[in-house]
Amino acid sequence: MKVLVIGVNHKTATVEIREKLAFNGPKLEEGVFGLKKVPEVKEAAVLSTCNRVELYLCASKRGSAADNVKGFLSAFHGLQRQDFEKSLYVHEGEDAIRHIFRVSSSLDSMVVGEPQILGQIKDAFDFALHKKTTGVLLNKLMKKAFSTAKRVRTETKIAENAVSISFAAVELAKKIFTNLAGKAFMLLGAGEMAELAARHLMNNGVQDVMVVNRTYERGCELAREFNGKPVKFEDFLHELVHADIIICSTGAPSYVLLKEQMHKVMKERKNRPVFIIDISVPRNIDPEINKLDNVYLYSVDDLQEVVDTNIHGRKIEAEKAEKIIDEEVEKFVKWMSSLDSVPTIVALRQKADEIKAEELEKLKGRLPGLDEEKMKAVEYMAAAIINKIIHPPTVALKEDTEDRDELIAMIKKLYGINGDED
Amino acid sequence: MEIYLFEIALTFYFAAAIVCVLELFKGTKTTSIIMLSLAVIGFLFHTSNIIARYVISGHIPIANLHEASSFFSWCIVMIFLFLEYRYRIGLLGSFIMPIVFVLMLSSSMLPRKIEPLSPVLQSYWLGIHTILAFLGDAAFAMAFGVGIMYLLQEHYVKSRHLGGLFQRLPSLQILDEINYKLITLGFPLLTLAIISGALWAESAWGSYWRWDPKEVWSLITWFIYAVVLHVRLIAGWRGKRAAVLSIFGFCIVLFTFFGVNFILQSKHVF
Repeated sequence: MKVLVIGVNHKTATVEIREKLAFNGPKLEEGVFGLKKVPEVKEAAVLSTCNRVELYLCASKRGSAADNVKGFLSAFHGLQRQDFEKSLYVHEGEDAIRHIFRVSSSLDSMVVGEPQILGQIKDAFDFALHKKTTGVLLNKLMKKAFSTAKRVRTETKIAENAVSISFAAVELAKKIFTNLAGKAFMLLGAGEMAELAARHLMNNGVQDVMVVNRTYERGCELAREFNGKPVKFEDFLHELVHADIIICSTGAPSYVLLKEQMHKVMKERKNRPVFIIDISVPRNIDPEINKLDNVYLYSVDDLQEVVDTNIHGRKIEAEKAEKIIDEEVEKFVKWMSSLDSVPTIVALRQKADEIKAEELEKLKGRLPGLDEEKMKAVEYMAAAIINKIIHPPTVALKEDTEDRDELIAMIKKLYGINGDED
Repeated sequence: MEIYLFEIALTFYFAAAIVCVLELFKGTKTTSIIMLSLAVIGFLFHTSNIIARYVISGHIPIANLHEASSFFSWCIVMIFLFLEYRYRIGLLGSFIMPIVFVLMLSSSMLPRKIEPLSPVLQSYWLGIHTILAFLGDAAFAMAFGVGIMYLLQEHYVKSRHLGGLFQRLPSLQILDEINYKLITLGFPLLTLAIISGALWAESAWGSYWRWDPKEVWSLITWFIYAVVLHVRLIAGWRGKRAAVLSIFGFCIVLFTFFGVNFILQSKHVF
C-alpha cells in the first residue's frame, strides 16, 4: 500500500480549472464512492475548497493508480485529460505524507498560517469516514496530520500575527478595547479599503455605526448598507465624541481633523480611548493627533508596515514548522514500514513452529521408546534448526532497505505464507 | 518548624519568579500553569508559616519588620491569585512575582525572632489596623504591576512597533480597568486603616494624631490615591496618566513601609 495525493491548488491551477475539478455538494459523495471503485484505490478522501482540490488515497503499489485516477477525474467531470493534466500534481509515498502534513499545517496556503484549512481538511476527512471510504492507513495518517498541525500551531508562531491590513486593524482594535462589541464606529468618507475594514470590524462585533460623507445621499446609501446612521459632514466633529473607532478615507486635499479639534473631543469624551485609521492619501488626519493621550492613530502605511513585519515573522516561523513536519513524516514513514514487515516475520515464525511441532509429533510415533531426556535433546535440535533457517530472512525483513517490499513479497512466496498481496 | 515553612515558601516563590521572568521571553500555556502551581504551593506554605507563628506567639504575626513584609507579600500573592483566577491576565505574574520575591527575600534577611508584644500594642486594634493597611498596600502593589504593564503595552501601540510582548500583553482597556479596580479596592482599605489607627492611638496613647512620620507618610499616600481617583472621575485621567500615578503612588507606599523605618524615627515598629 502507498499513500497517494493527486490535486490542484492556487499555485498550479487557474480558478477556472479549480472550479471545473471541484467536488461541490452532491458531487462530493459521488466522488469519494467513484474513487473507491478505481481498482487500485483502497481508501479515499476528497478535499475541495476554493483554493485547492485534493484527493487523498491509499492505493496498491502495483498498477498505475495515479493514471487511473486521472482517467476517473476526466470521466467524472467530463473534461479532456490534457486540459487539466498539466495543472495536476501527484505525490506518492513520503512526498504525499509530507504534502498532507504541510497542507493541514497551513504551510501550503495562499496566506501561510491561515487557520481555516485545518477545519476544511477535518470536514473532508469526517465526510469520508462517515461514508466509510477510508481505512486503517488514511485514518492514522489524518489523525497524524491533525496532531502535526496542532504541534505547528503551538510550537511556532505561524498563525499569531495578522497579515492583511484589515485584520491588522482589527487585531490592534482588540489590543486597545479588548472587546469590540458595543463599541461605536465612524466611517468617514468611503472607498473600497475603508469599507472592507469596516466590514471586518462589524464581523468582530462592532454594532453602532455612523457614516459620514460629503454628499449626504451617498452617506445615506452606505449607512443603509452597514445598517448604520448617516451623519452630515458638517456635524461629524460633533458626533466624533461618540466614536471609539474611526476609519477615515475622504479624499480631501488637506487635513479634515486637527490636533486642537481632537483635543477638545477627547476632553468631552473624558479621555476614553480612540482608535483612528487614516486610509486616505494624502492623509486626512493631522499626524500630530497621535501625540494626544489615549488617541491611537494609524495610517495605511503604518498598518502596511505592521503587516510586512508579520509576514516576515511568519516566514521565519514557517522554517521552524518545516522541521516539525520533517520529524512527523519520518515517524509516520517508520510506522508504515514496520507495518509491512512485522506480520510477515510473525507469519514466518509461526509457519516454522508449526512444521517443528508436526514433525516432532510424527517422530514420537516412530520412536516410542524414547525417554524424556532424549526427547528434550531432539526438541532442542529441531528448534535450533528452524531458528537457524529463519534467522537470515528475519534479519533481512527487519532491515530498512529500499527493496524491502519486494523482499516481503518474495519471502511470502518462497515460504508459502498467505496474506494480502501488498 | 515555622522557619522551615517560611524557607519552603520562599523557595517556591523564587522558582515562580524565575519561571515568570522566563515567561517574558518564551511563554506557553504550560509555563503559566507551572508558574501558577509554584505560586499556589508557595502560598500554602506561606499561609501555614503565618498560622504557625500566630499559634506560637498568640497574636497576629506582624510585630516586627520580618513578619510585616512577609505578611505584606502574603496579601499580594492572595490578590494576585484571585486576579489570575478571575481574569487570567497574560503575563501578570511576570510583573508581580518578582516583587513578591524581593519582599520575601528582604523579609528573610531581617531578624526573625518571635518576640512578645509590648503591652501598649496588645489590643484587638492590632489585627484590625494592620490587616486593613496591608491589604490596601497589597492592592496598590498590584496596581503598580498592572500600571507598568499598561505603560509597556501603550508604548507598543503608540509607537506602532508591535513586536516584543505586544501579542501576549492584555488589552489597554483591561489593564486600565483592573488598575482602577485595584485602586478603588485599596483606597477604602487605606482610609479605614488610618481611621482605625487613629482610634487605636487614642486608646493607647490618648491622642488620635501625633504627627508621627509613619502617620504623615500614610496621609501623603492617602492624598495621592485620593487624587488618582478624583482626577479620574472628574477630569477623565485614565490610561497612561492613571498608570503613571499608580506607579508613583506605590513608590510612596514602599517609602512609608520601609523608608520611614530606616530614615526617620517612628513609633511604628515597622
